[in-house]
Amino acid sequence: MLEMLSTMFSYHFMVRALIVGVLVSLCAALLGVSLVLKRYSMIGDGLSHVGFGSLAVATAMGLSPMAVTIPVVVVSAFLLLRLSNRGKLKGDAAIAMISTGALAVGVIVLSLSTGMTSDVNNYLFGSVLAMSASDVRLSVVLAAVVLVLFAVFYRRIFAVTFDETFARATGGHAEWYNMLLALLTAVTIVLGMRVMGAMLISSLVIFPALTAMRVCRSFRGVTLCAAAVAVVCYFVGLCGSYWLSTPAGASVVVVNILAFLVFAAIAKLRR
Amino acid sequence: MALITCEKACFAYEGRVVVDKLDLAIQRGEYLCIVGENGSGKSTLVKGLLGLLSPVSGRVLYGEGLRNCEIGYLPQRTEVQNDFPASVWEVVTSGCRGRGPFLTAAMRQTANENLALLGISDIRSRSFMQLSGGQQQRALLARALCATKSLLLLDEPVAGLDPVVTREMYGVVSMLNHTRGLTVVMISHDIAAALQYADRILHLSHEGSFLGTSAAYRQSPLGLAFAGGERHA
Repeated sequence: MLEMLSTMFSYHFMVRALIVGVLVSLCAALLGVSLVLKRYSMIGDGLSHVGFGSLAVATAMGLSPMAVTIPVVVVSAFLLLRLSNRGKLKGDAAIAMISTGALAVGVIVLSLSTGMTSDVNNYLFGSVLAMSASDVRLSVVLAAVVLVLFAVFYRRIFAVTFDETFARATGGHAEWYNMLLALLTAVTIVLGMRVMGAMLISSLVIFPALTAMRVCRSFRGVTLCAAAVAVVCYFVGLCGSYWLSTPAGASVVVVNILAFLVFAAIAKLRR
Repeated sequence: MALITCEKACFAYEGRVVVDKLDLAIQRGEYLCIVGENGSGKSTLVKGLLGLLSPVSGRVLYGEGLRNCEIGYLPQRTEVQNDFPASVWEVVTSGCRGRGPFLTAAMRQTANENLALLGISDIRSRSFMQLSGGQQQRALLARALCATKSLLLLDEPVAGLDPVVTREMYGVVSMLNHTRGLTVVMISHDIAAALQYADRILHLSHEGSFLGTSAAYRQSPLGLAFAGGERHA
């Protein structure tokens, strides 16, 4: 077992996938608790599709993928948030429009530039080979920023998530915190998209929060439990994908599903 | 100077003026009930008093050192809160102002005092969503107390509560008004209780509003039409 682990992590790309994945899982899980509770789960999904579209365009134009995708997804995050909160379109419909639209543009650009090759497969479903050393450095810095901001604003994020009207009435600048949440989510999604794939990354946002909510009954408990579940599931999923030669992103999602089922069973037994 | 003064304040909801040229001075220590039919602008007025909505004309002034973000607000209950994982302690302390990531000793003390005042110290680590309706309202009231020193603004605090718990809730609010000297502004559909507890009544309606003491309200045309049936039946 230990031997297998040491061979596995003798590959640089596996170490990179582990570092980036663990950090992204952690960020996604923390943000996911608020997003799920605020009924914003679909925003994560919408953002990943936008990420796919801009990643395709950036690659076709020979630009740095991260440098193009992060700002585009951040801007879309603000847009989606505004659309969900007000506006004539209903939030979920708006998100569906934007995400399928971005997906369509991405697929067209990819097929015109490189043809529908295995690249497309990698974008959609992720690849452990996707991260370069500079990507890893950027990911570590951005993930650290996400974690620090989350910790500093934890109490306000709770207040705004639990009761937005009250938070606004007591001078909480709820809009500002919603924006912060959207911004951090956007960055996290882009960072995780390469390894997990555009279709699967939002699972990291949604699953750990829902899993933790089966058994934990306080916000802090759910947050800590979600973070732990996310990291463990990512590690197990990555190892599993190496041993069984399955795609990494999909394996992590399957482990998350299993964790959810186990927690749901524990909740049932306790009752 | 009153805590909150509305001078010919008009508030609009979705482009339509629902509160028209309201003159209202909320005095320190008073118990004011705001009543009226659905759609008469009660909730819009609440947003206006909280400073979440600017008047389309007229002014809202805050006095005696009160700032609009220092109002202890008890919102109408929402369904979201019933499946939200949060402990009573987390809910109550979220009323404490201050930006830091951690609770200060002063915040903890305020929260503990308010938990004790409302008799819910023993359930502070329980999960909010597993509490009864009355306990949830007490927790939210404790949160409101953490946010204010002078004014409570309660939006239909007894909606959905059973008669026994409703009476308890009115008792608690009355106690806060009398012994703590807190000013109470309550939106209510419960006209009998409003007449029993409030010093003054503000009745909003499309045909003009009424503002005066509970006794004067009983004799007014609006009061007779709205409360008369119940009281003299």
